[in-house]
Amino acid sequence: MQRFEGTSNYVATDDLKVAVNAAVLLRRPLLVKGEPGTGKTVLAHEIAKATGAPLIEWNIKSTTKAQQGLYEYDAVARLRDGQLGDERVHDISNYIKKGKLWEAFTSPQLPVLLIDEIDKADIEFPNDLLQELDRMSFDVYETKERIAAKERPIVVITSNNEKELPDAFLRRCFFHYIKFPDRETMQAIIDVHFPGIQKTLISKAMDIFYEVREVPGLKKKPSTSELLDWLKLLLNEDMPLDVLQNRDPAKAIPPLHGALLKNEQDVMLFERLAFMARRQN
Amino acid sequence: MFFNFVDELRSAGIQASFKEHLVLLEALDKDVIEQTPEQFYYLSRAIFVKDEGLLDKFDQVFNKVFKGILTNYGQNPVDIPEEWLKAVAEKFLTPEEMEAIKSLGSWEEIMETLKKRIEDQQKRHEGGNKWIGTGGTSPYGNDGYNPEGVRIGGESKHKRALKVWEKREFQNLDNTRELGTRNIKVALRRLRRFAREGNPDELDLEGTIEGTAKQGWLDIRMRAERKNAVKVLLFLDVGGSMDPFIKLVEELFSAATTEFKNLEFFYFHNCLYEGVWKDNKRRWSERTNTWDILHKYGHDYKIIFVGDAAMSPYEITHPGGSVEHFNEEAGAIWLQRVAHVYPATVWLNPVPEKQWGYSQSTKIIKELVGGNMFPLTLEGLDGAMRELTRKKH
Repeated sequence: MQRFEGTSNYVATDDLKVAVNAAVLLRRPLLVKGEPGTGKTVLAHEIAKATGAPLIEWNIKSTTKAQQGLYEYDAVARLRDGQLGDERVHDISNYIKKGKLWEAFTSPQLPVLLIDEIDKADIEFPNDLLQELDRMSFDVYETKERIAAKERPIVVITSNNEKELPDAFLRRCFFHYIKFPDRETMQAIIDVHFPGIQKTLISKAMDIFYEVREVPGLKKKPSTSELLDWLKLLLNEDMPLDVLQNRDPAKAIPPLHGALLKNEQDVMLFERLAFMARRQN
Repeated sequence: MFFNFVDELRSAGIQASFKEHLVLLEALDKDVIEQTPEQFYYLSRAIFVKDEGLLDKFDQVFNKVFKGILTNYGQNPVDIPEEWLKAVAEKFLTPEEMEAIKSLGSWEEIMETLKKRIEDQQKRHEGGNKWIGTGGTSPYGNDGYNPEGVRIGGESKHKRALKVWEKREFQNLDNTRELGTRNIKVALRRLRRFAREGNPDELDLEGTIEGTAKQGWLDIRMRAERKNAVKVLLFLDVGGSMDPFIKLVEELFSAATTEFKNLEFFYFHNCLYEGVWKDNKRRWSERTNTWDILHKYGHDYKIIFVGDAAMSPYEITHPGGSVEHFNEEAGAIWLQRVAHVYPATVWLNPVPEKQWGYSQSTKIIKELVGGNMFPLTLEGLDGAMRELTRKKH
């Protein structure tokens, strides 16, 4: 299998490439963490695209149980069919619904399995998947069947750090923390998303963006996806360049700030800063 | 060499085990990376570090382990495995030179010749990225991955590469420092105690099957949802010396209110006396008698005090010691009453643990809450929650 080198619309740093390639070659799950909006979920999509593998997405919610990833036995439907005298009731496998892991294990083509936001689920959730991810096989007790992967699928797991993951689970994974991109990487990311954008506009916008991130006391720092949204807005609105260039210190709030600041306290913080700047003059 | 690395990681508090070590060897064996120190650094980081809070520690250890070899070079030749040196020598010395060295015999001279030879090589191959060794299967016998190899292969390149981990970009993520609401919630989650209470609004599948089998018709049974039934009383110290910790306490408070359904909170100042309040603006007009609290909330409530416990000892031990009003009974008596009624009582102190010893009042209060005073860090919070769950009530 060829090495992952990033794709035409995803900029991968060297450390990320190493982590991905290690996970792909050794077929161990890759656990990706990072600030929201740094491209954790997109990474799985891009790995699938780069390796030409189908992507199987399992989005975790607070109510998701590990068992749902394997299979579900719909006992209520069977009970109902039993009452109605349906013929299907004699075959228990009619009531077994395949989960995402089952799908991934039996996929005809080697898939990329994305377990998105694993920390959303209950604290015990990762522990319940230990064996299954380790051996890439599980038993269906109702039909006494064993589902085993012919080839270990590529597994990408993302986490937003809402819960700590158990050590035993972590031991089986490669880990990568997507750190907030530095200016150079950010430039590359923007180039990928907005080819041919005015260079001065980018550099001004990035100045403002990194300034905003540096403001102490910000509740939610804007991240890559916010910057991209903001740039899109600036381009859409045809914002004249000098609005960014000749910034009045009394107007601390950047133009179209709605894309960057997602919290009313943060907007208020900027208004206060602007107010103080006006008073100083 | 790598064992040394693992040992160092463990002593730095990174849970590296034999398993990770094997994975590293397997990855090297499968040629996952190109043979550069950066790539080796990235690979070992992906394998050994499982939490961004530990990245900074890892960088330090990596620097220590692999830089130490750099400085000891030549002075401490015994550390370098012999087969290693041979492999390197084979790459850089002609057979004639090898013979010559062998006859010289001394380590110093071998090193010296080697060094010169490499310097020559570097001049000739400037800008080239080919390193000694082409990389084979074994990380030990072969050149690519041994840190010494890194060192010998190219001084200038090594310096550039070192920057990656010397920059210590992850310093801010060290988890002994940061305590955001999400992290607090995780710690508070230890205190979960599930019970089924309230409206039956969930299908009890097992009950339904059993009932249906017994009755002969579809007998749907419902049950209440499992919810966190733990009850918490939070007492927060406000004003004065607590001002520097407002943000921290605010975060703890917001995490606690979302995590616990049965949470009651009250404010006090410095030490607990006969009255507490719920709204700091009306602290004098709307007070709650502390006796009422002791009577109203059952002894299965868990008590968490949050305060810096920094005050004059008289404020705790003497009647009339309060700085704000005349208290008829000493604060110590009130604290004892609370600790007596509620076996699960802890005190969270935002002041770093190291400084507790310097404050008389901190020592007194710690004693009054049965020694259960914890620093307001993730670790401390975790310990406090453990203490609270340990107690049956």
